[in-house]
Amino acid sequence: MDIAVTKKKKLGLKERYALMTRGLGWEPTYQSVDDVFPMDTFEGIKIHDWDAWEDPFRLTMDAYWKYQAEKERKLYAILDAFAQGNGHLTLSDARYINTVKLFINGLAPLEYMSHRGFAHIGRQFRGVGPRVACMMQSLDEMRHAQTQVHAISNYNRYYDGMANFRHHHTHLPYLQVPRSFFEDAATGGPFEFIVAIGFAFEYVLTNLVFVPFISGAAYNGDMGAMTFGFSAQSDEARHMTLGLEVIKFVLEQDPDNLPIVQKWLNKWTWRGVRVLTLVAMMQDYMLPKRVMSWAEAWEIYFEENCGALFRDLARYGIEVPPCVEQVRKERDHLSHMAWCQFYQARGTSNFHAWLPSKEDMDWLSAKYPDTFDQYYRPRFEYWAKLEEEGTPFEAQTPPQQCQVCQIPTIFPVPGEPLTRAEHTCEHDGERFHFCSEWCQVIFEDEPEKYVQANLGAHELYKGNLFGDADPTAEGFDPMAAAMAFLKLTPAESGLHKDSEDARNFDLWRGLATRNDA
Amino acid sequence: MQMDLKTVSIDPKRRTFAHVAERIGADKIASRYQEGTFDMQTEGPQHYRPLWDPAHDYFDPDRTKIAMEDWYAFKDPRQYYYGSYVIARSRQQETAESAFTFVESRGLGAAMPDDVRDTALRLLLPLRHVAWGSSMNNETTAAYGYGAAITQGALYYAMDQLGIAQFITRIGLLLDEAECLDTAKDAWLHDDAWQPLRRLVEDLFVEKDWFEVLIAQDLVLDGILYPLIYGEIVDNVLTMKGGSAVSMVCQFQSEWHAEATKWIDAQVKVAAKESDANAELIKGWTSKWRARAVSALLPVAAIALGDGAEAQMDEVLAAFDKRLAKVGAA
Repeated sequence: MDIAVTKKKKLGLKERYALMTRGLGWEPTYQSVDDVFPMDTFEGIKIHDWDAWEDPFRLTMDAYWKYQAEKERKLYAILDAFAQGNGHLTLSDARYINTVKLFINGLAPLEYMSHRGFAHIGRQFRGVGPRVACMMQSLDEMRHAQTQVHAISNYNRYYDGMANFRHHHTHLPYLQVPRSFFEDAATGGPFEFIVAIGFAFEYVLTNLVFVPFISGAAYNGDMGAMTFGFSAQSDEARHMTLGLEVIKFVLEQDPDNLPIVQKWLNKWTWRGVRVLTLVAMMQDYMLPKRVMSWAEAWEIYFEENCGALFRDLARYGIEVPPCVEQVRKERDHLSHMAWCQFYQARGTSNFHAWLPSKEDMDWLSAKYPDTFDQYYRPRFEYWAKLEEEGTPFEAQTPPQQCQVCQIPTIFPVPGEPLTRAEHTCEHDGERFHFCSEWCQVIFEDEPEKYVQANLGAHELYKGNLFGDADPTAEGFDPMAAAMAFLKLTPAESGLHKDSEDARNFDLWRGLATRNDA
Repeated sequence: MQMDLKTVSIDPKRRTFAHVAERIGADKIASRYQEGTFDMQTEGPQHYRPLWDPAHDYFDPDRTKIAMEDWYAFKDPRQYYYGSYVIARSRQQETAESAFTFVESRGLGAAMPDDVRDTALRLLLPLRHVAWGSSMNNETTAAYGYGAAITQGALYYAMDQLGIAQFITRIGLLLDEAECLDTAKDAWLHDDAWQPLRRLVEDLFVEKDWFEVLIAQDLVLDGILYPLIYGEIVDNVLTMKGGSAVSMVCQFQSEWHAEATKWIDAQVKVAAKESDANAELIKGWTSKWRARAVSALLPVAAIALGDGAEAQMDEVLAAFDKRLAKVGAA
């Protein structure tokens, strides 16, 4: 048989990837395109040419499976070794475990939300290119949710505050700060979601989350968390390129998109930074061996890196969100105010609190020379005295929360550290409270959305946190009923030094490092 | 001889997370599948209604008529969580990769009789669009389904179908020039043989009940398409005519379907067993979409089988109907 051997045209990578992705799609004719993709127009974003989308990465499924499987094999081998060797006993200090608690309660469930959110927009954008990129991110986010749960699973077997992360993330008031943040994004339109999560969170703010947690893990001997963090890094790099491509694509499609995108950037930068309050506090107060201060991280990862980014986006007309001015003014206060709040309200959180030691306070003075000694050291020293006298201070009532970010309204007027900021407005005959001008702006843009928020304190007073208990029964104890409903046990909250976690860690570490006669 | 390595032994306070212990018992050690799946999705009160669907909560069991007491009854018999999923697929893609390399390096594509290669391309290449449609329809479940158990399986299915669409694309690039993909898309959009199937796929794009989409796409359409196209035509008919190279590069699809069947059957079985109302819905959807799938796939099968399509279809349906009866969908 005579075989004609003709040399085939060699396809370029870009061309080949296009055939593997957008080449698969077609314009439906039996159903209208608008019915097939009903959600990508109502926000007012105008896309004239989906084909102008530049694929931010070119990964076909076969390559994806191959690379990701290699990463997973390595990751789980390390997690297994960490668990088998009681790796938790090599931590710098038992206080570090509280960072792990914050992570699984506050962050891991958001990874799952992100997975579903990207599945949603991976179905809804009518361009095939962005849809495929979003589908892959959706799958990655599932990875992150599960690897985090798996990495922390071993801690949960030995320490408190993690066993009920699912229930606590849904119901515990302080965890509504991260939860409402993500639900806010997910319940927005597809473009708002990807600007909020893909760009503002994953691109602009990602290093401010990633570096403190993952470097913090590395600094404090947490091999498990460190490994999943490093393993996730190459996924995050893909997510960042997707976030940036989305912004550029949308802005290049139509000048009318600019004000909408700018509004979202303003909103989501602020929403994101407010959530980062928890991270700022973690890095300044909760890491026994600290990596860098929140103020330093902000300078490097926002001022320097994002400064360059916003200069780059200026050619599209994008401006640095105005809220950044206030973030700068709060920079040297944020973590201190947050830790003070958690210390006072330690009966209602599922990790332990403590007062900074003298050595900790000296570090804080050095990092925050303009604020710490003047505003915060005296408070901690006073509380330390009360602890010594056996009458530690603890808040007895739930705080007023911001209707948007849900953080207690603890923030001062920018530039006036001793005056608490109060912002309120009336909507439909009801008064709503905010932590700041920026949260109020967000509320006033979509009041019908934010009036729906479930604020922990309000839920308590409305009787929604009592579960099956009968509030009309004789001797009804509302706080006890609420704690039972929240599944919050005394072992999980309170002071670190009194905790079983602290005692067990010392005991077990003793077994691991000493020889009993 | 046994080595007795020692590690410091301390007693754990608990074996797994509370929500997992509630399901499997506090004395059990949970698997990674269980810890990575159970209750991962928020249930209960949520903060805001979606702007894009204000009639529902963001996570809402009412996006299907199927009702479940416990949405985590939907277990994956393969116990896939992300890690075990990608590791399983990476092995399968390695096998597929060597098949492509083998066929290419030995010029087996060119060695095939022209008419067989032509039939294979005309039959298989438009199926990349069908696979992409299946991917979209499973993305619908991944996005709007309820409970992390079934949505997780649907996500993997969606990614698998994207992978299959890409493997089919590679078959085109292996056996022909890139233009063959345009020709195939043109056939998909305009040739009579493909229109009933395209209409079916597009109708599923606008179907709102995600469980109905799952039944129509995964159980019915893919349940008939894979045995018919890959099981019968590619692996038997084309192979007999000298087209075994095609069968080699379609190995991923055949293996994949055998495995995916276990998953979708388990989902359907659990839902049908839950209540008579569920069973009735599932039977109704199955019979509605079975009729459409059969008439949509007949002209496609005829591309390779001509007049023999109907007889072949009857054989496939005989096995398929047994399968439906077994899972309580008929």
